[in-house]
Amino acid sequence: MTRYLPFILRNTLRNKRRTVLTVLSIVISLFLFCTLRTVITSLAASLESASSARLITRRSTSLTFMLPVSYRDRIAQIPGVADASWMTWFGGIYIEERNFFAQFAVDPQRYLELYPEYRLTPGEKDVFRRERTACIVGEKLARKYGFEVGDRITLRGTIFEGVWDFTVCGVAHPATPDLDTNWLLFNGDYLNQRMGDFGQVGAFVLKLDEPARAGDVARAVDATFANSAAETKTETEKAFQMGFISMLGNIQAVIYALGTAIVVAIGLVSLNTMMMAARERTREIAVLKALGFADRTVVGLVLAESLLITLAGGLLGAGLARLVFGLTDFTAGGFFPSFAVTDGTVAQALGIALFLGVVSGAAPAWNAARLHIVDALRHTG
Amino acid sequence: MRLPLQYNLRNLVVRRTMTLMTAGGIALVVAVLVLTLALAHGFSATLVATGRADNAIVLRGGATSEMMSSLSRDSARIVAADPAVARGPDGEPLAQPEMVVLVNLLRRGDPGASSNVSVRGVDPQVFALRPDIRLREGRMLRPGMDEVLVGRKLDRRFEGCGLGETLRMGGRDWRVVGTFDAGGSGFDSEIWGDREAFLPAFDRVEYSSLTLRLTDPARLADLLARLEADPRVRAEPQIEREYYRLQSRQLADVIRALGLFLVAVMAAGAVFGALNTMYAAVGSRSREIATLLALGFPPRAILASFLVESVLLCLIGGVLGCLLALPVHGVSTGTTNWASFSEVAFEFRISPGILAIGLLASVALGLAGGYFPARAAARRTVSEALRAG
Repeated sequence: MTRYLPFILRNTLRNKRRTVLTVLSIVISLFLFCTLRTVITSLAASLESASSARLITRRSTSLTFMLPVSYRDRIAQIPGVADASWMTWFGGIYIEERNFFAQFAVDPQRYLELYPEYRLTPGEKDVFRRERTACIVGEKLARKYGFEVGDRITLRGTIFEGVWDFTVCGVAHPATPDLDTNWLLFNGDYLNQRMGDFGQVGAFVLKLDEPARAGDVARAVDATFANSAAETKTETEKAFQMGFISMLGNIQAVIYALGTAIVVAIGLVSLNTMMMAARERTREIAVLKALGFADRTVVGLVLAESLLITLAGGLLGAGLARLVFGLTDFTAGGFFPSFAVTDGTVAQALGIALFLGVVSGAAPAWNAARLHIVDALRHTG
Repeated sequence: MRLPLQYNLRNLVVRRTMTLMTAGGIALVVAVLVLTLALAHGFSATLVATGRADNAIVLRGGATSEMMSSLSRDSARIVAADPAVARGPDGEPLAQPEMVVLVNLLRRGDPGASSNVSVRGVDPQVFALRPDIRLREGRMLRPGMDEVLVGRKLDRRFEGCGLGETLRMGGRDWRVVGTFDAGGSGFDSEIWGDREAFLPAFDRVEYSSLTLRLTDPARLADLLARLEADPRVRAEPQIEREYYRLQSRQLADVIRALGLFLVAVMAAGAVFGALNTMYAAVGSRSREIATLLALGFPPRAILASFLVESVLLCLIGGVLGCLLALPVHGVSTGTTNWASFSEVAFEFRISPGILAIGLLASVALGLAGGYFPARAAARRTVSEALRAG
């Protein structure tokens, strides 16, 4: 087939405008496809980065209810629990409401030890433990707002009234790029004191001796507090995060529906082009056949042209998606920890391009094979 | 001198495969556009319809939602005594404190999945303050009993929310004794129970908010000024309807922005398809164009004619797209509203306005896809066009 390559290339470039327009529409659609699929893979990746070696214990009623901080010591004694710490969602506003990011008041003594995947120097950890108004910011958040060690950050409380000032004592760097670092942690003792020693926390984080026993330990924790004033619900960190995603409703279905609509729409565009190209060339194909080219070869030529166009579109579209999201550090306002177009997504986009090429080449190729030479030569297309 | 529309229509029919494929691409773009707008519209329509324009909701100063707010009994009493508050037939102020909490409930028919539902402790006379809401099935709450009413959109979405079923919340079992219809508003996604039974069950001392009827909505400013001046309270009133509108704004904006981004990119792809089709139409009709020019049709008429044809082609797609989207109207869905962190059920709502936007978009695609080919056609000279054919 390689010796026909110049011929195929020439044919493809004969109507440059049409080829360029078709390739562009495929580029755009596959770019969109890659974007949508990356939404799904990024959500999955953020779940993967959640550890199944950690459990989260929260109030059974809902996350908005708090638990007594005194539960920590009782939880830490439960067999299978290596260590336990606590955190509270703060929900403050940084300057404006739209500058949303997660803020947690955490146990200054143990919390950081439970999350070794966020790298901090011993010095930074030490200041965090000691200073009442110290805070640690994640790398992405620091980059977004230009926070540096020593900077002051003022938050306006919504759940906890008042104006809260913090001093950055460290920037946490993630061990792997999938980890979310769009957050701020501050000394939970400060929150507790300012709220009049209310002794309540949002949730506990448990480190397990053996991740395999997560189910047993979770049941043991919940049994400890069953029928008390504050019942608990314990689940793996992964299940806990999955809960948030399930709250959004069925976004996967929406994304799949959109992806299908896009692929069908471009399918129509490229099919249309290929049929146009073939129709124009009815007489040429007849000449080729009259010269003795086998039906197989003629079919191959038509299909190859179609594949060339769609694969070029696929490569450019997937490449563009890689480039755009790779360079811009896009996170949809911090919604995704990272937004990286995976190799799997690129492969799927190319697969779709291949499929489109075959489908849109098939009809004209079939027509070419069936073509009756005499009729076709008489054809005045 | 204009070319008859008939000429364009016939041309589209003659090339029907091409017409249908191009229109099909446009149809999908328009369908996605209409559906995203319908989703955003349904969501905000639900929340905008929530609350009354003559009711005010009072929250603790600084709180952006009822979930974060707390109001002491004393504050509630002081606010209720304000002269801006309307009085009922019994002479008592029409002002009711309420307690709102979020409860995590299991979704029906989706094992393991759960979401947060707003649970509101209401006054026994709640319907006096919210006359647009009525009991749909069952009976009203009996004070002090472990009973709840459920909004009509929850019973099929969450476990234990059907009439006669039992819900476990706050360590107690609550029997569903009735359902209520809030006319498609956000209250339809809430669970209501007796406030005084809820407070201890959910371990609360203070209320979340106070809802009151204003004698005149214009007096909100007076009320606000008096409350700000009063050192005994830290309370901020706002019109109830406005409060819910603000709650919907963020998410509706995000849905619209994401949808429009998708549609804009898809539309670019579809315009390329339309360009191809129209260039092909111009190319294959070279001799026709020459004949028309020779007959004395001015180039302007040729330009107009091809433009009309392109718009017609895309309009077919627009109509198909609207038809494709229509069955989704009324399909109910739900998501967590970020502003309140609770689930809101709502329906896709396709309004005549949204359909008009869809059709207008298809016309715009037709103009964008038709202009250059039409101009190319109009610029031909007779001899050139005759030779090309």
